[in-house]
Amino acid sequence: MSSVHLAILAPFIVAAIIPMIYPYTKKLHTGWFVLFVPASLFIFFISFLPMTTSGETMLLTLPWVPSLGIHFNLYVDGLSLLFALLITGIGTLVVFYSIYYLNKKSERLHHFYIYLLLFMGAMLGVVLSDNLITLYIFWELTSLASALLISYWFHRKESIYGAQKSMLITVFGGFAMLAGFCLLYAITGTFSLREIIDQLDVVVSSPLFIATMLLILLGAFTKSAQFPFHIWLPDAMAAPTPVSAYLHSATMVKAGIYLVARLTPIYGGSPEWFWILTIFGLLTLTWGSISAVRQKDLKGILAYSTVSQLGLVMCLLGVGSAPLLDPEFSIAVITTAVFHLISHATFKGSLFMTAGIIDHETGTRDIRKLGGLMAIMPITFTISAVGLAAMAGLPPFNGFISKEMFFTSMIKATERSFFGLGDVGLLLPIIAWIASIFTFLYCAVMFFKTFTGQFEPSSFKKPVHEAPLGLLISPLILGSLVIIFGLFPNVLANTIVKPTVESVLPTLPPGQISVMLSLWHGVNTELMMTIGVVCLGSVLFIFMKKWQNLALYKRDRDPLHWFYDQGLIGLTATSQAITRTQMTGRLRDYFAYMIIFILALLAWTFSYTNAWSFRIDHMTDIPWFMYIAALIFIAATIALPFIKQRLTLIIFAGIIGYMMALFFALFRAPDLVLTQLLVETVTVVLLVLAFRHLPEITKEIRSKKTKVFHIAISAAVGLFVTVIAISAYSFGTEIGLRSISDYYIENVYELGGGTNMVNVILVDFRGLDTMLEVLVLGIVALAVIMLVKHRFKGGEDV
Amino acid sequence: MELLVFVMIGVLFAVGTYLLLSRSILRIIVALMIFSHGAHLLILTMAGLGGKNPPLYHLGDGDFMDPLPQALILTAIVIGFGITAFLVVLGYRTYKVHKTDDLEKLRGSADE
Repeated sequence: MSSVHLAILAPFIVAAIIPMIYPYTKKLHTGWFVLFVPASLFIFFISFLPMTTSGETMLLTLPWVPSLGIHFNLYVDGLSLLFALLITGIGTLVVFYSIYYLNKKSERLHHFYIYLLLFMGAMLGVVLSDNLITLYIFWELTSLASALLISYWFHRKESIYGAQKSMLITVFGGFAMLAGFCLLYAITGTFSLREIIDQLDVVVSSPLFIATMLLILLGAFTKSAQFPFHIWLPDAMAAPTPVSAYLHSATMVKAGIYLVARLTPIYGGSPEWFWILTIFGLLTLTWGSISAVRQKDLKGILAYSTVSQLGLVMCLLGVGSAPLLDPEFSIAVITTAVFHLISHATFKGSLFMTAGIIDHETGTRDIRKLGGLMAIMPITFTISAVGLAAMAGLPPFNGFISKEMFFTSMIKATERSFFGLGDVGLLLPIIAWIASIFTFLYCAVMFFKTFTGQFEPSSFKKPVHEAPLGLLISPLILGSLVIIFGLFPNVLANTIVKPTVESVLPTLPPGQISVMLSLWHGVNTELMMTIGVVCLGSVLFIFMKKWQNLALYKRDRDPLHWFYDQGLIGLTATSQAITRTQMTGRLRDYFAYMIIFILALLAWTFSYTNAWSFRIDHMTDIPWFMYIAALIFIAATIALPFIKQRLTLIIFAGIIGYMMALFFALFRAPDLVLTQLLVETVTVVLLVLAFRHLPEITKEIRSKKTKVFHIAISAAVGLFVTVIAISAYSFGTEIGLRSISDYYIENVYELGGGTNMVNVILVDFRGLDTMLEVLVLGIVALAVIMLVKHRFKGGEDV
Repeated sequence: MELLVFVMIGVLFAVGTYLLLSRSILRIIVALMIFSHGAHLLILTMAGLGGKNPPLYHLGDGDFMDPLPQALILTAIVIGFGITAFLVVLGYRTYKVHKTDDLEKLRGSADE
């Protein structure tokens, strides 16, 4: 157990302690106790920076279930450190923000912080795990914690709906991912990511390669809200705002990005991976940015904007996934992805926090009600303006750099020819450019609708004023990071971005990777594209009233929600319909199912193994009286279904029983004759006794179809029993099966001391059967007594 | 002779199945009795009906009927009787409580 292991477990341990201290510390906000966890973890992870900067990595082992190859192994490199820093850094700010955001008197704070710490620990586990199973466990823990946090206000319907939706979608993806991991294990025989990468040629040449890729991508896409699985993210906005800021913008939704980046060494280089990521990334980018414009809720806009930006990063990871084909290009593209990842975490975090502040201070997040807040909330306004400008890609903020680099990557992609890129490559920058226009547009909408225009005090429930300092500190820090990373991007270049790029592209020699970031690239195509974005975006915004009423923009729900809702309804309805047709409550239907199933199984087995056999030459001769007896017996049996009176039925049942005794006599079984006679007599007496109290037999009402069906089943059963009996018998004689009874016959007198072989077998050779048979009779006797004598008074007597 | 008995067994099973698929509890009990008759005959016949003597040591010269199936059937008859007796009393109680022996009327409950 190393200190990094402890770092991952620390949030869990503190989460376990919170309920113990919560009742005694109600005077102080619980958040203060929690705050030290992410803060100290952040400092702890900072201390690894020199190590990763120098290009070193660290593998920490801790066996967990060694017999199954499952270890709690941790791997620290640039990529995992970047994520660990994001998780703990933004985690610190979010916890600090939540202290001022959540009221300690009216909220169940201990629940909130337990879930949040659970999430934090799980997320650290995801990014630091080297073992796929450990990664999966932490992955599902993040889904669970996320659902718990979304449903934090569980008395609200939309919270429960959102939590269920996110749970269903992310766990669906998680299961697919687990299947992908298991296939990887089947290929390589190890769950360790390091060792899988070492056996790269085995993985790539495996026929399961594409299957593992698709399954794992399903996990990554559902978690990172890629099209069409993005629908859970907007509904997850029912969570408290600190949660939205933390989980649904900065950390959890990037777990899928992390996974894709982490697995790039395995899959990067295959055209499927390249195209799936690129196409779905671009699709998500465009769809998210177009949908965001439609939203009327601040958090709704931010949710779709998150979807869109995640699509951007995913697309970049796809475009840059083939390092061996074009190293320089890949390095540039992955650098862009990593830098945008950091940019997005900073500005999206601050934007969510300011949206939360506006909600907190005005009581609404509806942009149709908001307006003119610029003068009233100047600090919030400033932070928002910085964040929105960065998101829209304006200089001098970090969003500008990443957007320029994004355009550069897309333009460069058109010059590449691998994977058939040359033919359709031109589409990439065009789609990216269109998506950027919409990105600019929704940023403008958020900015102008919230802060400019006329301030209407009457539309707010409470007097609106600037937020307290405590709420402002966290977004202020993030906002300043946006500016710092914008003006001095090289602060990050060698410390964080370069080691991350190195771990995404480990196949390249480390010396080859050099990262240069700068705010100003000179006047080039990308700059022209940005200017075009600004101009076209402004035009669209100015004429927004004209096209706002287009059909697509009338409703603010994403049309894809419809598929989810209808799918869920359809699933329930279908399963109910199936159950209703199948579970009729009629005993005879169930009998029919079972009989048909057994018949089908036997018929298939018999014909499959060709077990039919019809040799009758071994059989004994039939004496003449046997024909008469058999005829009477068969006639009496067939008469049974036609009998309408209960007494007649009992009498015929008795006749058949006595005929059985006759057959036993003919087949030289004296003990059976005696027993059969006796038992049949007692049974008939019992039946007569009991059914003296019963009415006449219910008239069988069967439709003609049912009757034919039942007769068919019955005939099939009879035929089958006969055929199987004949086949088994003739098979037995054919191969000369010998009975073990010779032993009994020889030893019945010597060992058993009796001459009646049947009785000696019953009480001597196989006495245990007899003893238990006596037990059966005893139980039956007791049960009969219970049934007749024991009655519940008043209660359920059924 | 075995072939004839196998046909008889087939008839027993066919009629038993048909009765099993009916609505009246009494018919179902009779169906189970018929089934057990069929099973008993089947056990006996599968061992062959060739023996000349009943399995009584002092009677024979060696050509006995197989005693083992007979012991098995004896056990089965007694257990079958126990089950039948229990079912008869169960049917009787069902009628006392629900005033019907029609399975169609006994199905389901309100909270389905």
